[in-house]
Amino acid sequence: MSERISPVPTRLPPSDSMVFLDVSRRQFFKQSLGLSAVGLGSLLARDLPAAVNAPMNPLAAREPHFAPRAKAVIHLHMVGAPSQLDMFDPKPELVARDGEACPEEIASRLKLAFIGDEKRLSGSGFRFQQHGEAGIAMVEHLPELAKQADELCLIHSLHTDEINHAPAQMFLHCGFGRGGRPSLGAWTTYGLGSVCDDLPAYVVLLSGPPGGAGSQIWSNGFLPSIHQGVRFRSDGDPVLALSPPPGRSAGDQRQLIDAISQLNSLQLADTGDPEIATRISQYEMAFRMQASVPELTDLADETAETLALYGVEKGKPSFAANCLLARRLVERGVRYVQLFDSDWDHHGDLDTRFPKKCGDIDKAAAALLADLRRRGLLDDTLVIWGSEFGRTPLAQGANSTGKKTKLGRDHHKDAYTMWLAGGGTRSGSSYGATDDLGFSITENPVHVHDLNATILHLLGLDHTRLTFRHQGRDYRLTDVHGQLITGLLA
Amino acid sequence: MPRNYCHQRTIIAVIGCSVAALLSSAFAGDAGSEALSPLAAEVNEDRLAADAVAVLKRHCIECHGPAQQEGSLRLDLLDAALRGGSTGPALIPHQPAESELLRRVHLDRDDAEAMPPLGPGLGDEEKTLLTAWINGGAPWPADANQPHWAYVPPVLKAPPSGDAAPRELVDGWIAAGHAKRGLAFAPRASPSTLVRRLSFDLTGLPPTPEMVEAFAADPSEEAYAALVDTLLASDEFGVRWARMWLDLARYADSHGFQRDDLRNLWAYRDWVVDALNADMPFDQFTREQIAGDLLPGASESSRIATGFHRCAPTNVEAGTDPEESRFNQVIDRVNTTAAVWLGTTLECAQCHDHKYDPFTQADYYRLAAFFNSTESEVARSNPAVPSSIKFLGPSLSLDSDPWADERASVRGRLQGAEEALKAAQEAKTVLEDLREDDASEADDDAEASINTSIASIKQSIKALTKERDEIPAAATLVMQEQEAARATFVLDRGDLGSPAEEVLPGTPTALPALTDLPPNRLGLADWLVNRANPLTARVIVNRLWYEIFGRGLVSTLEDFGVKGAPPSHPELLDSLAVRFMEDGWSLKTVLRQIVLSRTYQQEARAHAEVRSRDPENRWLARGPRFRLDAEAIRDNALAIAGLISLEKGGPSIRPPQPKGLWTKVGGEQYAYVVSAGESKYRRGLYVVLKRGSPYPGFVTFDATSRMTCVVQRARSNTPLQALVLLNDEVFSEAAIAFAGRILRERPEGSAEDRINHAFQLAVARRPTSGERDVLLALLARQQEALAAEPERAKKLLSPCAEAAAADGPRAVEWAAWYPVATALLNLDETISKP
Repeated sequence: MSERISPVPTRLPPSDSMVFLDVSRRQFFKQSLGLSAVGLGSLLARDLPAAVNAPMNPLAAREPHFAPRAKAVIHLHMVGAPSQLDMFDPKPELVARDGEACPEEIASRLKLAFIGDEKRLSGSGFRFQQHGEAGIAMVEHLPELAKQADELCLIHSLHTDEINHAPAQMFLHCGFGRGGRPSLGAWTTYGLGSVCDDLPAYVVLLSGPPGGAGSQIWSNGFLPSIHQGVRFRSDGDPVLALSPPPGRSAGDQRQLIDAISQLNSLQLADTGDPEIATRISQYEMAFRMQASVPELTDLADETAETLALYGVEKGKPSFAANCLLARRLVERGVRYVQLFDSDWDHHGDLDTRFPKKCGDIDKAAAALLADLRRRGLLDDTLVIWGSEFGRTPLAQGANSTGKKTKLGRDHHKDAYTMWLAGGGTRSGSSYGATDDLGFSITENPVHVHDLNATILHLLGLDHTRLTFRHQGRDYRLTDVHGQLITGLLA
Repeated sequence: MPRNYCHQRTIIAVIGCSVAALLSSAFAGDAGSEALSPLAAEVNEDRLAADAVAVLKRHCIECHGPAQQEGSLRLDLLDAALRGGSTGPALIPHQPAESELLRRVHLDRDDAEAMPPLGPGLGDEEKTLLTAWINGGAPWPADANQPHWAYVPPVLKAPPSGDAAPRELVDGWIAAGHAKRGLAFAPRASPSTLVRRLSFDLTGLPPTPEMVEAFAADPSEEAYAALVDTLLASDEFGVRWARMWLDLARYADSHGFQRDDLRNLWAYRDWVVDALNADMPFDQFTREQIAGDLLPGASESSRIATGFHRCAPTNVEAGTDPEESRFNQVIDRVNTTAAVWLGTTLECAQCHDHKYDPFTQADYYRLAAFFNSTESEVARSNPAVPSSIKFLGPSLSLDSDPWADERASVRGRLQGAEEALKAAQEAKTVLEDLREDDASEADDDAEASINTSIASIKQSIKALTKERDEIPAAATLVMQEQEAARATFVLDRGDLGSPAEEVLPGTPTALPALTDLPPNRLGLADWLVNRANPLTARVIVNRLWYEIFGRGLVSTLEDFGVKGAPPSHPELLDSLAVRFMEDGWSLKTVLRQIVLSRTYQQEARAHAEVRSRDPENRWLARGPRFRLDAEAIRDNALAIAGLISLEKGGPSIRPPQPKGLWTKVGGEQYAYVVSAGESKYRRGLYVVLKRGSPYPGFVTFDATSRMTCVVQRARSNTPLQALVLLNDEVFSEAAIAFAGRILRERPEGSAEDRINHAFQLAVARRPTSGERDVLLALLARQQEALAAEPERAKKLLSPCAEAAAADGPRAVEWAAWYPVATALLNLDETISKP
């Protein structure tokens, strides 16, 4: 099913002291040399390490297509879709016309999930102010993030194809609204491999329930399961099946793995099946994870100042704790850290629910940027903040079950805001614009496929060349679409 | 699975020193002096032209063909190819080193000029073939425009040995492949290997010790054939092979998407198991699943079978447009049907004519028309209220009710509560009457107490009613035509909002048409399994071959089109396909033919030289060896432990899984309650599949959430797999139970004797002395540790209820054997087909 060649692994897997691995590596080397006889010698220099490597470590670091700007990604997804009109894209005109009927020429072409016949304009009830040298507008409920305004690269002109949560979440993360495809994080580790030998390459952290698409949005789709996002949980084992069963000590586990590896290496010698060599090294990785993951999630070595900066309360799971974990993960070489924060679907009661959610993320998101910056990590780390779509300039007065509430907004796919920071993006800038009422894009549209193409570009990957042969097609994250948006690059 | 083309490089043609040397000097640089490998010639002089043109078709004509001429170049006609494009001639006959085409295909894949620009590029064999072809003057085949091989009906062809008897058909063609490459059959595998391999392949379970023993005592061909027949007749056969079919059918127990509620479709899953066990002819198997409701004399069973296409995920998220949701299901049904029966990825044609395979956009929507007239499965109960969207759709009441006991029980309790309410209300009336008659008779305390009772009974009634309503209906989802057919249109760029011309149901024009078929799903089903259809039998036989050997005769199981891999053994594939149709479409007959072959019975162990020449085992000079599927890994551990329950059918079961995985987002909140009693030990096929949160122990081993048709699972090797086998609750319980079984079955045995037995149970063979020593050392260390800390035994044994009840020396001994059992369950050999 699945052939890949580009990009090619060029580095050896993390070093391993076990002798039999070296033996089998040599064996591979020898066998591969036999092949060179083909005479296509130019291939040899490039492919030989792959032949040695591929069966050993499926996550071996791979060279990108070109020099990357970012080595890692922290992706903050606000599940449910925050209102860009109440957050980053103020519309005085909309405020002035609050309560008026929506102009017919706009109403007739809108696709809406919930709002029926009564379409009324709804201005934001919140105050906005401009921040930083760039004068970036932000709502009053983001006082801390406002101080980081000059780190941000805002995109006001994002648009997507899907209007319901689960399909739109899949569309944003997997480039396809109906499931079964790999997510951006999976494509990233597929393209770049991992430089970390004791943690997964792709980690998922949740505050609140996952999005409606469930684990689909961190799925490996048709890629091998090594590229699956590994969810770190705040409750129980941080990684499923991480802790040994009751009563088994770390020493016992070491003895057990040694015995398994000895038996497996005898089998390797007998059958010569290289998959066994891979399995032996995966047991070693598993053993290392049993130590490295608890070390990671235990925040004991963080100072009180850092904990306060993020607003982390020890032992209490939160978006703030996840932001701090994200920094710790990236510090340790993890390639892609995906955060999901829930409860942003404000069809009603926006006036109370929205400020509360802003309070949940403001300090932590700001701290994440500041902390990455002061540790010298922000230049190499791309931070993405956003959601599956935006919200309508129209009022909705009901919650998702149809019960009457105070005003909120419906789903809006035609124009919304996300922001990037670090990782080679143009800091302190705004890209794209929407009309005075916020219905449509007036300048520099950025489709979700374009955003994904640009993210891959920042990672040194050409989205048109990062392909995987599956069911007869060379699949891409961006399907047959996507354009690099150079205006977002530093 | 051709994971990486670099493996394929090992089977490479050597056309002769001159070409190789030429190439080395032309493209190689430093490696030009490498010695030539002793591999046999792969290039078939007779077929050189045809094979070379097939390579061009596979890799080039999408962009340099009739539809598109990138760089003004086309490579589907010799004249045009010689003329070249904007950068000059593409090839110069007899001058490979001067041919631009060869330079481009040999470039580093990351080079901007590399061709083709996308995907894995050409295999080395293909590059060598093109080189030989140009070196030989680039002859163009006379019949260059003949249809692609897969669209020509297969014919049976006896192998060079001349013997077309079933077993010889396989071995004869495999031997012919060996002969061309200087390969030979490996020796027959050991009896223990054979019995284990067969048992996994035919039942998905390890062999019983009795089976192993009996076959070791008489490993003759006759005993082997008898074993094959026994396993084919086992009820476990259907459970094992349903795993493959349910991946194709994208069977799951929930809708998918945000409102990921559970649905009732298990009766369809059971239908598949039963049909496979009964060896239902594949043509009938097809008709019932595609159109069981339209068959003359449709039965309950044939209507249940139409659940195949009700497995499509369904979006019922509040705010979804019901028509869009319905349309997406129609699309899913077209894509799935094409993938499952035609081995074709048709989804490109949803938006435009297929770029390289002969399928048009109109073909696509003609197929869609077959599926466009079933009853809606999603609708708004109030059209004006978007959140009133509901999952509806036709379902069939089942004759037998798996929840009959629960239903009767709650009915009884409800009736009791209602009677109690009535009695309490009567008592209240009496008290009230008394008060009315004479206020002094009023008994405030009694009235208060009766009021409390009434309130509490009412509450129970409410709870019981809820409990009653939550018991699922004894029903299953089915396909059903609505009265009025819907019109179907070609959709511009696949957009539901842009209908173009109307189309009627019809089959793809490039494939043989059938007249006189009804223009409905039944007609489609008949066409799929008609002898004139060149694809179905090949696609199915190839899939069976893949399951057995880990690689299809066509390695791209999902793509029999021009871009798919050509068959490694075309005559064998075709002959098997013809036999399949002629032998009454019997899946068991095909499987029997394969597993009786010498090819199948070879040992998997291979000398480094053979392995390096054929790392993917394409030419089968050794037996298959690869990791078991997710479900089989769990089933195997439970079977070795003696825990497995072989109960069949009914609603899905829930094995232990970590808390907090089934979170509510947009639908019902379900409590994840582990199945009671032995049910939690039932086979993996019966484990509930909630698409938003599939069972993690399976996903870790490459099972998917089945949001789409899964033609081929990945087969990965990851650290999370190690964690599951080492630490997961299911596997630690199994290891403890396995330790208990070792002690129970060898109560007086020495440590060596017990280890021999344990090894036998785990991998059906005796350990070598080296292997035994490793386990003895592990045992000794644990015994020593427990001698110092005997109280730890209780804790160690706690994951297994039976073991947790053990005390004193028995508990200590049991705990001492637990690591040995864990190690054995973790071996690569244990989780692999040998």
